[in-house]
Amino acid sequence: MSVTYAMGGAVTALTIIGLYMLFNGEGEQFNVGQVLETISPYAWADVGIALCIGLSVVGAAWGIFITGTSILGGGVKAPRIRTKNLISIIFCEVVAIYGVIMSIVFSSKLSLVPEDQLYSGSNYYTGYALFWAGLTVGMCNMICGISVGINGSSAALADATDGSLFVKVLVIEIFSSVLGLFGLIIGLLVQGKANEFA
Amino acid sequence: MEGLYFNVNGGYLEGIVRGYRNVLLTGSQYGNLTQCENIDDIKMQLGPSYGDALASLPPNPSTSALADKTTEKLVQDFRYLQGQATGSLAKFMEYLTYSYMIDNVALLITGTLHERDTKELLERCHPLGWFETMPVLCVATNIEELYNSVLIETPLAPYFKGHLSHHDLDELNIEIVRNTLYKNYLEDFHHFVNNDSEMAMTPTGEIMSEILEFEADRRAINITLNSFGTELSKDQRRKLYPDFGKLYPEGMLMLSRADDIEGVSLAVSGVGDYKRFFDEVGLNQSSSGVGNMAGGSGAESKSLEDLFYQKEMELSKLVFTQQFTHAVIYAWVKLREQEIRNITWIAECIAQGQKDRIGNYISVF
Repeated sequence: MSVTYAMGGAVTALTIIGLYMLFNGEGEQFNVGQVLETISPYAWADVGIALCIGLSVVGAAWGIFITGTSILGGGVKAPRIRTKNLISIIFCEVVAIYGVIMSIVFSSKLSLVPEDQLYSGSNYYTGYALFWAGLTVGMCNMICGISVGINGSSAALADATDGSLFVKVLVIEIFSSVLGLFGLIIGLLVQGKANEFA
Repeated sequence: MEGLYFNVNGGYLEGIVRGYRNVLLTGSQYGNLTQCENIDDIKMQLGPSYGDALASLPPNPSTSALADKTTEKLVQDFRYLQGQATGSLAKFMEYLTYSYMIDNVALLITGTLHERDTKELLERCHPLGWFETMPVLCVATNIEELYNSVLIETPLAPYFKGHLSHHDLDELNIEIVRNTLYKNYLEDFHHFVNNDSEMAMTPTGEIMSEILEFEADRRAINITLNSFGTELSKDQRRKLYPDFGKLYPEGMLMLSRADDIEGVSLAVSGVGDYKRFFDEVGLNQSSSGVGNMAGGSGAESKSLEDLFYQKEMELSKLVFTQQFTHAVIYAWVKLREQEIRNITWIAECIAQGQKDRIGNYISVF
C-alpha cells in the first residue's frame, strides 16, 4: 500500500513540475540524452561491475539456501545423501565464481584518465559496454543460481527416497548450471571490443 | 514461484517429513507382518521403523499397549516438527491438531454430562489434540462452566461462538455438537489454506483444498447415511454439511433431501469417484457400514468406510509427488494414523486367532 502512495506522489510531483516547465517555455530542459551524456563513463563501468558480482552472489546464495535446507532435512533420516549432494552446493557456488571472474576481467579496463579527456567516444563505449555486460552476466547468474538451487533441492530429496534417482536428477541440474555459462560467454564478447579507459 | 521462498521456513521440515515417509511400512512389510505368530514377532518386524519406541514394551504386550506406543511415536515426531515450525507452517500444524481437539472436547463434554470422573477421561483423549489447559476443563462440574472454559482456554472458541450455546451442549446430541464443530473447523481450515499470504496460490492451497474437499464430502455423506432412522430433521442435517467440497452446492442440496441410501447414491453420482464407491459396495452396505476402524465387516467386499479410507490414503500418497508444500505434513500424519490402525488390526487378528480376516488392512506403498 505504502508503495502505491509513494509512486502516486512521485508521479504527481513529476507531472506538476514538468507541466510548469513546459508552460514557462523551459520544456527543452527535459533532455534525456543530455543526462545520459553527462553521466561519467566511470559510473557506468563501476555500476556494471557491481551488478555483475552482486547479482551473481545473490543467485548463488539463494541457490545454496534452497538446496542446503533440503539436504539438511533429508539428511536427518538418510545420512548417506550428505556427501553426494555437496555437488549441488558446488554447482551453486560456481555461479558466484563466474561473477568474480567477470568482475575481475571488467575491472582490468579501469584506469585513471584526466577529466578533460574522459568524455571521448572510446570511453563512452567502454562505460556502456561494461554496464550492459555486467548486467547480462549478473542476471544470467542469478537466474541460473536459483534454478540450480531448486533442482538441487529436488535432487537431495529424491536421493533420500531412492538412491538410484540421484544421477538422473543431477543430469537436469547440470543443464540448468550451464545457463550461467551462456551469460558468461556473452558478457566476455560484449566487453571484448571495449578499450581500456584512455 | 513457491520454490523461491518455501525453503526459507519449510525446507528443513519438508526434508524430515519425507524422511519419515520413507520409513512407512510397505506392502511387503505388511505381508511379513501377517505371517507373524504372536505380538512379539510383530514387535520385531516393526523394529526398523519404530526402533526404540517399542523397546520398553513387556514381552507379548497387549494390542492396545502396542497401539499406544506406536501413537506415542507419531506424537513425538509431530511435536518435534512442531518445535521446528515457524510462520505459516506453525499455524498450519496447529490447524492439524484442532480436529483432534474437537474429538477431545466432545469426549469431555460427554463425560461431564454423564458425570463421569474427568481425570479418567483425560487418559483417553488423543495426545495430538492435547492442549496445555485441558486439565483445567476437567475442573468444570457442570456444562455451563465447561462451556465457558472451552471458550476461554481453547483455540476452538471461534467454532463454538455464534453456533452453539451452552444450552445446545445440554440438549443436542453430542454427535451433532461434534459435527457442527467439525464443519466450522473444516471451513476455517479451507479458508486458511486458500487465503493465508504465504499459502494462497501455491501448491499448498491447491492440494489442501482437494484433500479438505474430499474430507467435507466424506463427512456430509457419512452424516446423511447415519441420520437415517434417527430424529435428525432434514433442516438440521443440512446445517451440518460444510459449505464447500466437490458436492457443494447441488450435491449437498440433494444429500439434504435424500430419504434413503438410493437418494444418497443419486446425490453423489455427479462425482466419478463417489459414484464408483457406491457402485462397488452396492446399495446394501448400510447394515455393514463398519470397516477396518470399527472391527471390520469380515466379508471380502470392502465397506464404504474402507473405500473412503483407501481414497484418503491415495490422496495422501500423491501429495508427496509435489515439492515445496506444507501439505506433506498433513499427508504424513494421515498415512501414519492409517499405519497404526493397520498394525492394530493385524495384531488384533493374530491375538484372537482370526487369520482369515487379516488381509483387511489398507496399504498404499
